[in-house]
Amino acid sequence: MPGRPALNRQIRRHAKHKLTASLSTSPILALIGNPNAGKSSLFNQLTGMRQKTGNFPGVTVDKKSGTWTVDAQLTATVVDLPGVYSIYPKSLDEQLVTDILANPAHPDYPDVAVVVVDASNLHRNLLLFTQVADLGVPTVLALNMLDVAMKQSKQVNSVRLAMRLGVPVVRINARTGEGIDSLKKAVMGQLEHPTLPGQLFFDPADGEPDLITDTKEHYQLTNNYLALQYIIQHDGFSFLNRSQQVGLDEIIKKHNFSEPTFQANETITRYKRIATVVSEAVTDQRPIGQPTWSQKFDRILLHPVWGYAIFGMVLLLIFQAIFAWAQPFMDAIDTGVAWLNGQLKASLPAGPLTDLLTDGILAGIGGILVFIPQIAFLFLLVALLEESGYMSRVMVIMDRIMRKFGLNGRSVVPLISGVACAVPAIMATRSIGTRRDRLITILVTPLMSCSARLPIYTILIALVVPSQRVIGLFNLQGLALMGLYLLGLVSALLSAYVLKLLLKTKERGFFIMELPTFKLPRWNHVGMTVYDSVRSFVWEAGRVILAISIVLWVLASYGPGNAIEQAETRVRKENATLANDDLQNRIASERLEASYAGHFGHFIEPAIRPLGYDWKIGIALLSSFAAREVFVGTMSTIYSIGSGDDDGENTTIRQRLREERNPDTGQPMYTPALAWSLLVFYVFAMMCMSTLAATQRETKSWKWPAVQLAYMMILAYVSAFATYQLMK
Amino acid sequence: MLIKLNLNKDSRFAPAPKAMSKRSVADLKPGERATIESFNDQLMSLKLLEMGCLPGAEVCLHCKAPLGDPICLNVSGYCLSMRRSEAATILIEN
Repeated sequence: MPGRPALNRQIRRHAKHKLTASLSTSPILALIGNPNAGKSSLFNQLTGMRQKTGNFPGVTVDKKSGTWTVDAQLTATVVDLPGVYSIYPKSLDEQLVTDILANPAHPDYPDVAVVVVDASNLHRNLLLFTQVADLGVPTVLALNMLDVAMKQSKQVNSVRLAMRLGVPVVRINARTGEGIDSLKKAVMGQLEHPTLPGQLFFDPADGEPDLITDTKEHYQLTNNYLALQYIIQHDGFSFLNRSQQVGLDEIIKKHNFSEPTFQANETITRYKRIATVVSEAVTDQRPIGQPTWSQKFDRILLHPVWGYAIFGMVLLLIFQAIFAWAQPFMDAIDTGVAWLNGQLKASLPAGPLTDLLTDGILAGIGGILVFIPQIAFLFLLVALLEESGYMSRVMVIMDRIMRKFGLNGRSVVPLISGVACAVPAIMATRSIGTRRDRLITILVTPLMSCSARLPIYTILIALVVPSQRVIGLFNLQGLALMGLYLLGLVSALLSAYVLKLLLKTKERGFFIMELPTFKLPRWNHVGMTVYDSVRSFVWEAGRVILAISIVLWVLASYGPGNAIEQAETRVRKENATLANDDLQNRIASERLEASYAGHFGHFIEPAIRPLGYDWKIGIALLSSFAAREVFVGTMSTIYSIGSGDDDGENTTIRQRLREERNPDTGQPMYTPALAWSLLVFYVFAMMCMSTLAATQRETKSWKWPAVQLAYMMILAYVSAFATYQLMK
Repeated sequence: MLIKLNLNKDSRFAPAPKAMSKRSVADLKPGERATIESFNDQLMSLKLLEMGCLPGAEVCLHCKAPLGDPICLNVSGYCLSMRRSEAATILIEN
């Protein structure tokens, strides 16, 4: 019997493994399944760990692990793997599953694989299951979405299924956690006495006996199907060295083996076996093509007119929410921070420490806290789009347009998530199977306006765009904001087009994608996503901003030698007749100019003068070079130090900017030309170290982050220059 | 149990037909049903087979995206979207 030696080896390996497992390490459980089968929901049920699960293919782009306390003695490591349709990967995120399952020496090689299947689509889901089982991994089949199957009048007999497949089958509901106890029992059973189906579902030795024997001998393998994977996929196996890969090429040549033909035959054979099993275990198959309510929805959402109209409305809604709905919350936080600042100044003894706390720390942190409502709204709406399944429809209606620009329908997800943050967006490009499409998507995604730009946009728009309604519906400021986002999108598409012309490829792109059914969002998941994003924004960004605020306060409050004192004395002497308030302001301004920060600002002023910026903005630009969200915090700190109102007045950063005067003309400093020049600069500028690091990680080269930094910075400088000179 | 196929001579993987004699899934109208007969592009067929587009399987064109590309296909109880060029590699029985 061909499957036997593999089975024995597995049992031996596991008997040995278990001995050590019970002593020191914990067993490893891998969750494997098709996209949208419910792996990530099950993962959350088992581990209680928070993570995002979206309702479109490819949301888990990397493995995630957590621990599951099975019982008092046993704690298992659970690894959640990206969703795949088969063991033959189509894209980078899918490669991970094969890398682990084909390599028993891999640290994440599972002791038990839990294959999660969507019971409403058993045929396609079982294809992957049979491949995993054939690789010799002890497997438990978790039947999920039985409620959906039931609605489609399908009855699954799990006992018969277990008998026919030869592995334990458990009925679960990954969303509610039903059936976790049975899953626990089945997993324990497989850990204690690993059992595999009596024979392989597809034995490659039946078609190519010599090839398989040869491979097994040369590479000390016992499993026929693993030997076939060595043959077909060895180019992608990083655990094989160069000579081993060449050796496999030679075996293929020697036996005149045609990989694609054999692989096609494998899939057809597996489906035949699955059809027999399913016909015995499932009753009442619904005929195909009968439109379910989900499909009726599609007729509208993919409609040539309504499809785009609805998508446009959804985007408009997002921007309205960000700008209009979040406003009351933002105002409350803004005035709250200013009030606290005033209270502290009034109650604490005057001195450098109080100044550091109020002008330095509180001004910087307040500049960030105020954007929590907007960021929460943004992540809430993006999470809802992902959870509901609408995002997949957007990919379909956008594919043709995206292709024109050298992108792919799948690029829509990174581009839209890029509105939240470019770092996860760049990671999400792993689901794009075509290498060139993926690279282009990575390079242009940071042009989408991320949430860190939002604070900058908000403040500057509020300065120069009146808050009035047009056509009785839309807030003019909301439209201006949408305009900036569109500018980012259009420039991303145009850059992609240029890159498409520059990067030639022979690789064929493809777009074969499952359209998941619409699902009601899991509110706890949506809530967690929003909470996590806001928390990480406040913590991650907050820490950097806090540190920079303190450093900046020191740099802005002290200068070389006694330059600051000299400046103050000079101002007092020259302006002895000025009223007290004006005098204080003039002094504060001169002191700032004489400080270290002032010197930095003056140093780069010649380079940014053509864009309309003065040395104060120069300081903010420099400090936000590594992370653009620092800009507003820096501005708050600078203008707070640079104004003389130490009397505890409730002044917000917006008021300070509005009151700022151009020293040459005496007119308001923030003219529309300057504000728009700054806005355009921040739309394009690559001011985010984390994004560059993500690009470096994902492209595995320093060339592409360098290209990204260079082209975006040049674009930013030239566009800001043009904007200022034209509007001046 | 296995079905041994003489794969090298298998008509299902024959090169693309010269004339437009064969209809493909790309020629279907919304709501129209057909049975898959064969593929004319081997590499594409590997992906399609895994997604459940098997010779002999019944498919139904569910809807088309704006401008008719990509298309959405009902196959083995779920909805699969693909580009027109990819659908054109799935030949159907007349």
